Amino acid sequence: MAHTLAQKILQKHTDQQITEAGQIVQCNVSLALANDITAPLAIKSFRAMGAKKVFDKDRVALVMDHFTPQKDIESAIQVKGVREFAEEQNITHYYEGGDCGVEHALLPELGLVGPGDIVVGADSHTCTYGGLGAFATGLGSTDVAGAMALGSTWFKVPPTIKVEYNGTLPAHVGAKDLILKLIGEIGVAGALYKALEFGGPVVDALDVEGRMCIANMAIEAGGKCGLFPVDEKTIAYTAARGRKDSPMTADAGAVYERIVSFDVSGMSPQIACPHLPENVKPVEEVKNVRLNQVVVGSCTNGRISDLREAAAILKGRKVAKHVRTIILPATPGIWKQALKEGLIEIFMDAGCIVGPATCGPCLGGHMGILADGEVAIATTNRNFKGRMGSLESEVYLSSPCVAAASAIAGEIADPRKL
Amino acid sequence: MSYQGTAHKVGDHIDTDAIIPARFLVTTDVKELGANCMEGLEAGWIKRVKEGDIMVGGENFGCGSSREHAPLSILGAGIPVVVAHSFARIFYRNSFNMGLLLIEVGDDINKINDRDEISIDVEKGVITNKTTGTEITYPPLPEFMREFLTKGGLIPYVKEKLGA
Repeated sequence: MAHTLAQKILQKHTDQQITEAGQIVQCNVSLALANDITAPLAIKSFRAMGAKKVFDKDRVALVMDHFTPQKDIESAIQVKGVREFAEEQNITHYYEGGDCGVEHALLPELGLVGPGDIVVGADSHTCTYGGLGAFATGLGSTDVAGAMALGSTWFKVPPTIKVEYNGTLPAHVGAKDLILKLIGEIGVAGALYKALEFGGPVVDALDVEGRMCIANMAIEAGGKCGLFPVDEKTIAYTAARGRKDSPMTADAGAVYERIVSFDVSGMSPQIACPHLPENVKPVEEVKNVRLNQVVVGSCTNGRISDLREAAAILKGRKVAKHVRTIILPATPGIWKQALKEGLIEIFMDAGCIVGPATCGPCLGGHMGILADGEVAIATTNRNFKGRMGSLESEVYLSSPCVAAASAIAGEIADPRKL
Repeated sequence: MSYQGTAHKVGDHIDTDAIIPARFLVTTDVKELGANCMEGLEAGWIKRVKEGDIMVGGENFGCGSSREHAPLSILGAGIPVVVAHSFARIFYRNSFNMGLLLIEVGDDINKINDRDEISIDVEKGVITNKTTGTEITYPPLPEFMREFLTKGGLIPYVKEKLGA
C-alpha cells in the first residue's frame, strides 16, 4: 500500500500492517517530552501507574521552559519536583536554568529529534518537529507518562490533507504568512484528527527553520501533526547536530483526503486577528490598531532566522515610546548567535527589552502580561481570549517582520511600506 | 451508566485557556483546578454549576493546549460529562484518560439550550432533554472505552500492563 508521510513513519515503528486511516496501531516512541507545567502531572501519573523506571533515560526530555526563570514559589516547587524525578531516574535530557530554552526550539537544536522519529510531548506544539520529518504530536501528561513507562503508545492512523504552495514568495512574506493563510482558509477545526502534509516548490525552497514554524501551527488547525518531506536541507541540518538521517518522501500514489493548493505569488503578509488563529486578514486590511506590546519569540518564531528578520527592520530605527517591545531568543544557543551577529545591540538600540529564553508571555505566564484593554501583536501561535493576560486584552499574530514594523509604527503596520 | 443534570451551554471553539487559564497551572490539585474552571471564559463562571451538572459545548471543544489540567478542572468542578458538536483531538484523548466522558453529537447540539434539564443513557446512546421533551441519539461508545472510563482511565490500564 502506498503510504503518506504520516503512515510511513508510523509503519516504521510498529509490527502491525498499516492499511487504512482510522486503524489503531501500537507504536514505539523515539522520545517522550514534558515541560514544567505538564511534567508534574506526568510524574504523578507515572507513580500512580506503579512505574519504577522510565523506558530509556536517554529518550525522555524534561524542559522547564514555560514559567522560566521560575516566576513564583508555586512554579519553583513544580520544577523542584521534576528536577528530583530527573535525578532519581538519571534522565540525561533535563533542562533548567542556563542551558534551558523553549522546548521546540531546543530539542531540534540538540539533535534530539529528526526525520522518521515518533515524538510524543505533553505540549500541543510538539508538532513542530514535523518540520524535520518527524511524526510528532501533543498528548496529555498521563499519555506521556504511559509512554515514559512503556516506550510505546497507541495512535489512530490519521487521514492526511495535502497542502501545496506554488508560485514565488514576495519580499517580506514568509513561513508564518503561509501557515496563517492556511488556517484562515480551512479554519481552526479544518484538520481536526488529521495529518497535514506540506509540499510544492515554495516549501522546497524554504529553510528548515521556516518549515518548523509552519509545522508548529498545524495544531492551530486542529491537526495531529504537520509533516514535511525530508530533503538535503533537513539532512544537512540534523547532520550538523550529530545525526545520520536519510531523505524521505510520501509514496507515489498515496491517498489524500483532500488537497489544498495556494498560489503565493503576490500574497501579502498575513495577520490573525483576535480571538482565534483563523481570523486571518492581509495586513492592509488591518487598520488603526494601536499597540501596547510587541513580542518576538516563542516556539513559532524565536529562532535565529526570525531574529535576523526582526533586526533587519529595527536596525537604525526606534520602537514607538508606548510599545513594550519584547524580544526573546528561544534558546541560549540562539541568544549567543544573536549576540555574535550584533542583533542584540540592534534590538537594544531600538529600545526593545531583550529577555531570556522563556515561553512566558506566549501563554500569559510572565514577562509580558497584558492589562485590561491592552493590545499586542506577537509572533506566537495563539490569540485566544485572555491568552496573554487579561480577558479584556487582545492579541494579533504575525511574522517577526510585521511585528518589528508594527513596533516602530506603534500600530499594526505593513513592512512593505517602511 | 447514566447522568442527569442542568446543561451549561458554552460556545464554539472553547479553548483550553478558557477552560483553565495558564496562571492557574501552578498546581495539579483537582479541587483547586475545579475552583477555577472556565475562568478564562467568564470570571466566576463556576458559581453557576452544581455537582453533577453537564457541560454542553459547540464545535471543536477543548482546542489549544495539551494541558490535562483542562479535563481535570471540569471533573474538579463536579461535571462528569461534556456533550458537544465536536472535540479537539488532544482534549478528547486526555478526557478519556482522566475519566471524563465526552459525547459528540454534531448538529444535534442545537437541541440543547442553556439551563435545560437533560439526562444521558450511555449504554443506549440517548440524550433526553426533559425541558423541551426532545431526544438526541448518538452511536454509543464501544464497550472497551466505556470500560476504560469505569475503571478510571489510562492509569489502571498501564498499571496492568506493567504488572505493577
